[in-house]
Amino acid sequence: MNFRSIVSVKQTISLTVNGVTRTVLAYPMARLLDVLREELGLTGTKEGCGEGECGSCSVLMNDLLVNSCLIPVLQANKASIITIEGIANDERLHPLQQAFQECGATQCGICTPGMVLAALHLLNKIPHPTLEETREGLSGNLCRCTGYSQIFEAVAKAAQKETAE
Amino acid sequence: MRANPAEYELIAPGTLREVVTLLSKEAGRCLPIAGGTDLMVLYAAGKLAPRKFVSIFGLPELQRIEVTSSEIWIGAGCTYSNIRRHKVISDELPLLARSAAWTGGIANQNRGTLGGNIANASPAGDSLPALLAYEADLILLSVRGERRIPYRNFHTGYKKSLLAPDELIRAICIRRDFKNYFTYARKVGARNAQAISKIFLAALGRLSDRKIIDVRLAAGSVAPVPLRLTRTENVLKDQSVDNSLIDLCRSSLAEEIHPIDDIRSTTNYRTVVLGNLIAEFLMKLAGERNPS
Repeated sequence: MNFRSIVSVKQTISLTVNGVTRTVLAYPMARLLDVLREELGLTGTKEGCGEGECGSCSVLMNDLLVNSCLIPVLQANKASIITIEGIANDERLHPLQQAFQECGATQCGICTPGMVLAALHLLNKIPHPTLEETREGLSGNLCRCTGYSQIFEAVAKAAQKETAE
Repeated sequence: MRANPAEYELIAPGTLREVVTLLSKEAGRCLPIAGGTDLMVLYAAGKLAPRKFVSIFGLPELQRIEVTSSEIWIGAGCTYSNIRRHKVISDELPLLARSAAWTGGIANQNRGTLGGNIANASPAGDSLPALLAYEADLILLSVRGERRIPYRNFHTGYKKSLLAPDELIRAICIRRDFKNYFTYARKVGARNAQAISKIFLAALGRLSDRKIIDVRLAAGSVAPVPLRLTRTENVLKDQSVDNSLIDLCRSSLAEEIHPIDDIRSTTNYRTVVLGNLIAEFLMKLAGERNPS
């Protein structure tokens, strides 16, 4: 069989993105990352390495942290997706975003959306992580600017704020 | 060049029975895809020829972990996150729980599956030495029925295995015989998380009257397949740990393993470091301290 003869057909995919159900027509092997950015215009999710090493494209899928560059969109059909655009409450930043800003945890910004999603996933599981737990929770997200210390501080600060509020 | 999604088919039938029927009808033409942590990397890089995939991620029949009085059955679709958080696996199979916790970062642990790691057959797969040390069996499923084979026979060469084109790995079975063993696992890589191993050792041992009465050594990235070091184990059996035994062990090891020079490390480094890891395991075994 000549594999080159395969011609795929676009399918209707339904995704609940940041609480809103969206329907797109896409090839089943299209990457979730590309559907989010190009079909839905949610360009907050970044492509870094495109091979699951850097975490820039992290989103939550059914509450689990995933690399959206490694997900064929058909596997996300009917799933609930949270991207960086769904974190803030209208004009009010999420405590994690606020803490990232206050601690100087962002520089060039490419890793930041994925970092915030990974931190959110961590705090959902462990509301008051130790430094070791924070390091592990963010270990799949690479940052080439900050040196990580400010990011770990921001996560600790956000965890404190959540308790205070 | 990046892959064009229009040239690849993917279907998600939703039940194990339908997947197995499809694999039988299209034997060799349809490739199962689970969490995508290996296949999507090759796909995105344009290194997979256009073809048809069948999704097996999230099939309930592949996600169960069943504990019987004598065995632990781990569905092949269980993710590393499922495995590292399972109480009985953490208590009785710490080598496997630790390997799962060391594979990739959290996002990849949420998607990568034990069955996928086995089928992908990389000599550097981090969960594979633990399966060799525990002498796991695999349950392979096709429309022709199920068969149970020892995992140690599964890999027949670099990226080659006994899996027939119409077969799927259904489960991994491990006997509950390891509660009283001293366990040791160590991954050596460029960084703890998210780096592919330069070298990996999973080891089990038991002493009686200061003599080694049972020992199992399994290593990753030292041969074309994950390797059980039976020759070196035989050198250790019924001996007490001392420096001369460690020297004997190093010479045996040099003949038993065949590591390569590649982008991650060198033959020489891998040989020396694996010897160091086994020496550390033996010293700790003799000291009767279980490492963290």
